[in-house]
Amino acid sequence: MTAVLLARGLAKSFGAVVAAADLDLELRANEIHAVIGPNGAGKTTLLGLLAGELRPDAGRIVLAGRDITPLPVHARAALGLGRTFQVSSVLPSFTVLENVAIAVQARAGSSFRFLRAAETDESLNGPARSSLDKVGLGALADRPASTLAHGERRLLELAMALVQRPRVLLLDEPLAGVAPAEAEQLLALLESLRSEMGILLVEHDMDAVFRLADRVTVLVHGRVIASGAPAEVRRDPAVRSAYLGEDDEGAFDDRTDQLRVTGRASFRR
Amino acid sequence: MDPLLLLVQLLNGVQLGLLLFLVAAGLTLVFGILDVINLAHGVLYMVGAYAAAVVLVRSGHFALAVLAGPLVALGAGLALDRLVLRFVYDRDHLDQVLATFGVLIFVNELVRVLFGPAALPFPLPAGFEWSVRLPGGATYPAWRLAIIAAGAILAFLLFWVLTRTRAGMLVRAAATDPAMLEMLGVDVRRLFLLVLGAGAALAGFAGAMAGPIVAVQPGMGDQILILAFVVIVTGGTGSVQGALLGSLLVGLADTLGRSFLTDMLRLALPPAAANEVGPALASMLIYLVMAGVLLARPRGLMPVRRAAR
Amino acid sequence: MTARPRQRSRPAARAEAILASAVFTAIAALLVIADFLDQPFYLKLLTRALVLALAALALDLAVGIAGLVSLGHAAFLGVGAYVIGISAEHGMTNGWVQWPLAVAAAASAALVVGGLSLRTRGVQFIMITLAFGQMFFYLANSLSRYGGDDGLTIWTRSQFGTWLSLSDRRTLAWLSLSILLAAYLFLRKLRWSRFGRVLRAAKENERRMAALGFAVGRFRLVAFVISGALTGLAGVLLANLTEFVAPAYLSWHRSGELLAMVVLGGLGTLHGAVLGAFVFVLLEEVLARLTTHWALLFGPFLVLVVLAGRGGLVGLVQRIDAPR
Repeated sequence: MTAVLLARGLAKSFGAVVAAADLDLELRANEIHAVIGPNGAGKTTLLGLLAGELRPDAGRIVLAGRDITPLPVHARAALGLGRTFQVSSVLPSFTVLENVAIAVQARAGSSFRFLRAAETDESLNGPARSSLDKVGLGALADRPASTLAHGERRLLELAMALVQRPRVLLLDEPLAGVAPAEAEQLLALLESLRSEMGILLVEHDMDAVFRLADRVTVLVHGRVIASGAPAEVRRDPAVRSAYLGEDDEGAFDDRTDQLRVTGRASFRR
Repeated sequence: MDPLLLLVQLLNGVQLGLLLFLVAAGLTLVFGILDVINLAHGVLYMVGAYAAAVVLVRSGHFALAVLAGPLVALGAGLALDRLVLRFVYDRDHLDQVLATFGVLIFVNELVRVLFGPAALPFPLPAGFEWSVRLPGGATYPAWRLAIIAAGAILAFLLFWVLTRTRAGMLVRAAATDPAMLEMLGVDVRRLFLLVLGAGAALAGFAGAMAGPIVAVQPGMGDQILILAFVVIVTGGTGSVQGALLGSLLVGLADTLGRSFLTDMLRLALPPAAANEVGPALASMLIYLVMAGVLLARPRGLMPVRRAAR
Repeated sequence: MTARPRQRSRPAARAEAILASAVFTAIAALLVIADFLDQPFYLKLLTRALVLALAALALDLAVGIAGLVSLGHAAFLGVGAYVIGISAEHGMTNGWVQWPLAVAAAASAALVVGGLSLRTRGVQFIMITLAFGQMFFYLANSLSRYGGDDGLTIWTRSQFGTWLSLSDRRTLAWLSLSILLAAYLFLRKLRWSRFGRVLRAAKENERRMAALGFAVGRFRLVAFVISGALTGLAGVLLANLTEFVAPAYLSWHRSGELLAMVVLGGLGTLHGAVLGAFVFVLLEEVLARLTTHWALLFGPFLVLVVLAGRGGLVGLVQRIDAPR
């Protein structure tokens, strides 16, 4: 299978803090590739580099055969790089439907149209509605996005990303703070997307990671310490020591402890 | 180009630059720490100049007058915070612009009512009416040299405070990452008040020092405010080093441009055209410099390195 | 001030239309009355308010809809006015040539200023627009051939053939109202169009819009240029009204006053800018009769408007209209 998103030798430092060091990553079409690692491992930095919000100090990024390293965020998005944010990022004062319609608008035709009302534009609203139905938010289409519950916002973000039919979808902790029942729905949805795009998943919930992922990459201190099929990664001694080893220099905060517990639970199964 | 004139104009440029620095330093730190835009900062410069002029005429003591400038400006700055600024810290920039614009037109008019629209007399202090003989034979007013010396000393002091004292380090840290200071338990609000007060006093001092060489009249702060903005944009918002660099750049570009640009254009253009284009270009020069900096480095020459999220 | 234009529900859209119609009807009524009473002074005052309302309306596109706080819009007003003055000085008074030229010049100025200023944001954007505005002010000052800081008298108003004479005060007043109304209708369409939606959304969440693939800066630049062009058109009308141009037209205080009008009326509402401009001009007139030092009253008033009046006059009307 060919790589739809490829990172080679990515490096990024913030002063003395190394957030990415000679980082290689390959995302294939139609796979779910999970990136895990303790807090501060550089996962969010990696997403920032891939999406174009951060400039790498070194290395390059290739999307579907095209070097996108010098491109800004919006140009990468236009080439088919969709994403959701760690903290849901929607347009709160717009309706749910309009949030998705704007995503359609980014792809469909020109946005330099000055006179016709966008709100009643069926060429935008039609696809938006079917995307909302797909994530199960169809009934909430006319509500302002600001009134949505936390989990519903996550779904809305996903609907906005999906309606653009991206080649690659970057998901930053899609399950964080989502209630169990909703999480189940979300997982099923992600599973169904595998056939349409490559998904790069950053997630703390190890159960979800090992259930969904075709491959797993483990980051620690900005470096890849292991990458491969879930079963291999689970057995990898370096990974086990990174997650289960002694309290190394207290660099991990309490969220790491929580992760460590879930991690251990998953590994034992 | 006459080398003596060049020397004199270089000194004039440095002198203008250092005055600008005194005004811009406080302003840039206020932006840096609380992301607040304060159009009334130029008013403090005017208040300093008026306070000094009044004290000078009433008492005849120049030292007293130069002291009155920063003190009254400090009081005005704190009053400004009490009465207006503290209500708009959390508001968006538009609200800050309008509220401080309201203050600015009010104070300008108040000064006009109290002291009249004409410039206030501000004689050179006794002992400073002479000129210094420069190498080569030109002369230079002692008072302008005093401004250069005072500006340089204050700039040095300011950097010393910012890099060597605890309060100064907190101020610099606040300009880089205000949220982090809040977490460390530092009262950013008080720190801000400290910077605002210091900035007001510096601006007032600049007004007092500039008094004898500029026209002390209503609205005199507007001009310096806009120049300070150019300085800050050019140097990099929130950066005191940037403000110093930007001030000297703007001071020199403005002064040298006004005295030499027309002559230089004569080399390339017919005299009549040069006489017409020269002054126009000279008055726009600092803005063109700013545009050039924006094209090359949108965040200014010496931007503050913001902490990564 | 944050009277965010929320999603437009049907009743809200109707309320907006009613209020906007009320504003324009009231203006037209004032014109008719001033004309009927044969009061050329008031007719001129009202025309001045119409012209400034057009500038404020244009500024509302930049500030209220696109979120670009420009403190240099007086420059575009001045560019438009100066093109009329300078071309008239050279004997070119054909309005069909002058007006497009003036609007194009203002649009070009906005393109340059906007292109540079949009490389930054927030406080820097405000400072840079102010600084470039000031640059145009000094440029006007140094035009010694065109009066320098004394300004330039326009001996002949723009000519549009026999059927439209701007020398008639009434014609100029009604023409200004027509142009204001057309600009208002255009901007109202624009606000709810695809383009306007991108501007509003980017004001709310720029990061999200970039991640969706929008080159936000390009949209903002186009909005800034449209805003500058319309402000230039206001300058064209102003020059024809006063038969005079001077650097004072480009004063940064004028830019501040335009912002005040927009906020006073209700940011981002468009008809609010029109209302704000009229209230501002009439208030200025009343205060100036009370005292020559009217700024002593107006300064604190402005501070109070900012501190107290969320949503401006339009917001006030809405709150009275729909109490909880």
